[in-house]
Amino acid sequence: MPQDNTAQALESEELVPPAEPHAAHDGKKVETQADLSAEISAIGDRYAQALKNGKGPETMPRLDYAPYRSSILRHPTKSLHHADPETIELYSPAFGHQDVHALESDLTIQHNGEPQGERIIVAGRVLDGDGRPVAGQLVEIWQANASGRYVHKRDQHPAPLDPNFTGVGRCITGADGSYSFTTIKPGAYPWKNHLNAWRPAHIHFSMFGSEFTQRIVTQMYFPGDQLFPLDPIYQSIVDQDARDRLVAQYDHELTSPEWALGYKWDIILTGSKRTWTENEAYGDAGDEE
Amino acid sequence: MSKLTPTPGQTVGPFYGYALPFNKDNELLAPGSPGSIRLQGTVYDGAGNTIPDAILEIWQPDSEGNVVQRTGSLVRDGYTFTGWGRGSVGNSGVYTFTTVNPGPTAPGAAPFISVAVFARGLMNRLFTRVYLPENEEALANDPLLSSLDPERRKTLIARRDPDGGLTWDIRLQGGDETVFLDFQQDGSLDPVTENPA
Repeated sequence: MPQDNTAQALESEELVPPAEPHAAHDGKKVETQADLSAEISAIGDRYAQALKNGKGPETMPRLDYAPYRSSILRHPTKSLHHADPETIELYSPAFGHQDVHALESDLTIQHNGEPQGERIIVAGRVLDGDGRPVAGQLVEIWQANASGRYVHKRDQHPAPLDPNFTGVGRCITGADGSYSFTTIKPGAYPWKNHLNAWRPAHIHFSMFGSEFTQRIVTQMYFPGDQLFPLDPIYQSIVDQDARDRLVAQYDHELTSPEWALGYKWDIILTGSKRTWTENEAYGDAGDEE
Repeated sequence: MSKLTPTPGQTVGPFYGYALPFNKDNELLAPGSPGSIRLQGTVYDGAGNTIPDAILEIWQPDSEGNVVQRTGSLVRDGYTFTGWGRGSVGNSGVYTFTTVNPGPTAPGAAPFISVAVFARGLMNRLFTRVYLPENEEALANDPLLSSLDPERRKTLIARRDPDGGLTWDIRLQGGDETVFLDFQQDGSLDPVTENPA
């Protein structure tokens, strides 16, 4: 069964990284959204110019993206070293139903009562760069509750915790790479990167591919969020097409009558490097039970 | 080259701590069991300060050099070596794993552990490797290590501790920055800076 770890997380000192420590905490001039937005658009303008000059589109976030202040001392300054993946890197750890209970994909049934907020279904497929389904692999999610509050001691946002919502889920992808979670639509979340900084509503996703080089942790967003232009984390992906790949689509076919709205989001992992056997290409549940 | 464009990564953020860790996540086998070693180190930022909110994953062959494909990493039974683990750094930036020395995956190959690094403020995961310090001939012949200059090469090689364990620090930025890897051959991924050289 899913763990009831709400109280445990709130009491544990070990689970307390500092929240974003910047705005108004260090005696420096408080930076406003206007300051940050000017930086964000200057970087965006230079990228647009580079595209015009024939540069290829970027597909990943900038590791060096100063508008997210905490990235300044946490990004490599040397180019990543090109390497051919070898042996262990060409495989992924195996996960299966010993690891994850089927009920862990429903974040609305982990407590005694119904959580507050808008019930949603988020579903899609995990595919590799050649369009092959990633079968039998682990998907993990975590998120704020409907009022934008995380079950985390250092989250001091004065919005209510929900005793019926922890905001953590897991599942194992099906033979066709499919995943599905039932959850609550998360609220926007204020952070302290700068004065009046708000994160667009998002769900954190963690996925494994068929090879360890395909490992990804990312965030899924909801369509039409007014906070997109203002958010340094979303904007750290400077290419609009690439940003769009993180935004789920409302899908009325996925919506469950009288129950929950449906959002569809597919994840494409980086290309695989291993030569696949026929069995692997047709999918293996990854489970020995 | 792949046919489809990959989904971008995003930072793991500050609040993974109630979601990603799990019981015995950093114990690939039980501490103190035969053959077990401690792999430990500290994660630093570009100012030389320890990072208290990073989380690492290791993925490695067993002591014979076999790539293991066994389930059960998230609910460990205490006997099955799965080759994969996850470890959060503590408040002082120190991580610890209990694991085994990886074996060579081919005769003469230099054994290493594959590592993925996640942190608040780190926009996308980073990949790297930690090599065992013994067998200098294998290290000298390793395709990756031999492509690096000596100053950078040493950031990927662990120190052997007196108790048989391994110590290996990670520096996200700075003069002795750890070598991080890009496995995509077309150079389109993982831009480090606005105008990569």
